[in-house]
Amino acid sequence: MKYQKPSIQAFGNQAILLSWEEIIEEDLLYYLLQVKKNIQNYYIEVEVEVINTYNSLLINYISTINNIYDEIPVVEKLIFVDYEQQKLQLHQFTLPVCYDEKFGLDLAELSKQNDLEISEIIQLHTQPNYTIFFTGFLPGFLYLGGLDKKLHISRKKSPRLKVEKGEVGIGEKQTGIYPQISAGGWQLIGNCPVSIFDVENEKPSPFQAGDKLKFESVSLEEYQEIKNQVEEENYQLKKEVYEH
Amino acid sequence: MSIKVKQPGLLTSIQDFGRTGFASYGVPQSGVMDRYSAKIANLLVGNTEYEAVLEITMMGPTLVFEEEMLVALSGLEASVTLNDKKIELLRPFEVKNGDVLQIKQITKGIRLYLAVNSGFQTDMKLKSRSMYEPITKTSSLQKGDLLHIAGYRDTKEKTFAHLKYEAEKYASEAIEVYPGPEFDFLTDAMIDKLLQPKFSISKNNSRMAYQLEETLENNLRPILTQPVLPGTVQFTPGGNLMILMRDAQTTGGYPRIFQLTEESINLLAQKKQGDSIQFQLINYGW
Repeated sequence: MKYQKPSIQAFGNQAILLSWEEIIEEDLLYYLLQVKKNIQNYYIEVEVEVINTYNSLLINYISTINNIYDEIPVVEKLIFVDYEQQKLQLHQFTLPVCYDEKFGLDLAELSKQNDLEISEIIQLHTQPNYTIFFTGFLPGFLYLGGLDKKLHISRKKSPRLKVEKGEVGIGEKQTGIYPQISAGGWQLIGNCPVSIFDVENEKPSPFQAGDKLKFESVSLEEYQEIKNQVEEENYQLKKEVYEH
Repeated sequence: MSIKVKQPGLLTSIQDFGRTGFASYGVPQSGVMDRYSAKIANLLVGNTEYEAVLEITMMGPTLVFEEEMLVALSGLEASVTLNDKKIELLRPFEVKNGDVLQIKQITKGIRLYLAVNSGFQTDMKLKSRSMYEPITKTSSLQKGDLLHIAGYRDTKEKTFAHLKYEAEKYASEAIEVYPGPEFDFLTDAMIDKLLQPKFSISKNNSRMAYQLEETLENNLRPILTQPVLPGTVQFTPGGNLMILMRDAQTTGGYPRIFQLTEESINLLAQKKQGDSIQFQLINYGW
């Protein structure tokens, strides 16, 4: 196996944490997601919630268990993965982003600091096929991997008290979308008219760890058109199924 | 059937036992801060332990009942009146249409739980009624809100009017903790500094986290963003200790040195600014 055995330890008396080496790598992510699937398949009778980050899996036992220590040897057997037997069903998404200065309040700043034309910023931001590592920080907030180095920029010195829903920003090496109005310190470069988190849905977000995401530049007019479609609930999210 | 919120109080919200199954969407668990007291309130009116209750913080609301129902309050000590007559905690009481309940001040602990027979039927979002913005529209009740209640259930045989509430355990300052995932980063000298002295609760305490007043020198290496839980004690680069509570985010980037037991989260939920606590390290039990 490419990765060393994880440390498997109790995290309080209702959870087990599996931690691999502290690296951000796609291969590790897809391996973690396979282990996550093993765990979910194994615990059908017991109610568990499994979440992943870059290098960890947390198994939270919802139903009370007598002794968390009894579960550790069980979990130890679930870290072996047969990639041929088990495939992950994932999605390739494309989201529209309007990089107009109306939304991209920090485009000028980024252009100045990183010595890039705005058209270059848009080109560099829409180029990569980003990987969704996990959701955290805020409900629906995606941790994306794959931002071009030329777009790395430090956060704003003092965060904005109000960032609009859908704003697309950059903070250090990361890019992301604000799923709802919140405070935020990222440099804002555009806005996505599609709602990425909706509590009225049983699945509040279409995205899951391992999915791929591309941004597509749209004009102000197209932005408004999509916004209307979203409101009338006839917007079709661009997605394709893929196996990994 | 409903209850009208005449005054919302400082921070009053509907909470049940929280959201499970949505952590991978970055949704906090939420739910009652002090689960033990909330369970008692529910049992006193004949509900199951886990039904939604009102969580009242420090200064309470004024509520007007628009129907007859059975109500109970649990918590440590508070001045409460029903139509200007004093009401005891931990004793279920009947109310009728037009009755006014005033929860003036919580004088011991900081959270009080109000349960009604048959339970609150407020908005359910992601399988829970727990209020947490942006999952629910607001994080607390607003003046004029109407709280819907299910029909009156005859529970005379089920009520536990004699139920024992173990208030004495809230007098303790001992917060029991398991070693957290980054506990091994700590030197023996640092462990002593964490376990020997008492710490006090700072003014930065909320449903999301309790920050402690004292700081310690922190030389721990930074970590990648990792999963966290309610009850996780984070040690920040600035030397602050942050104890995550029920509304905590699902991931965090600071070393997780301790993990509170469920009982200790309940105990801490009744502590307020200036109160002392002392960490007590326990081993994973056999």
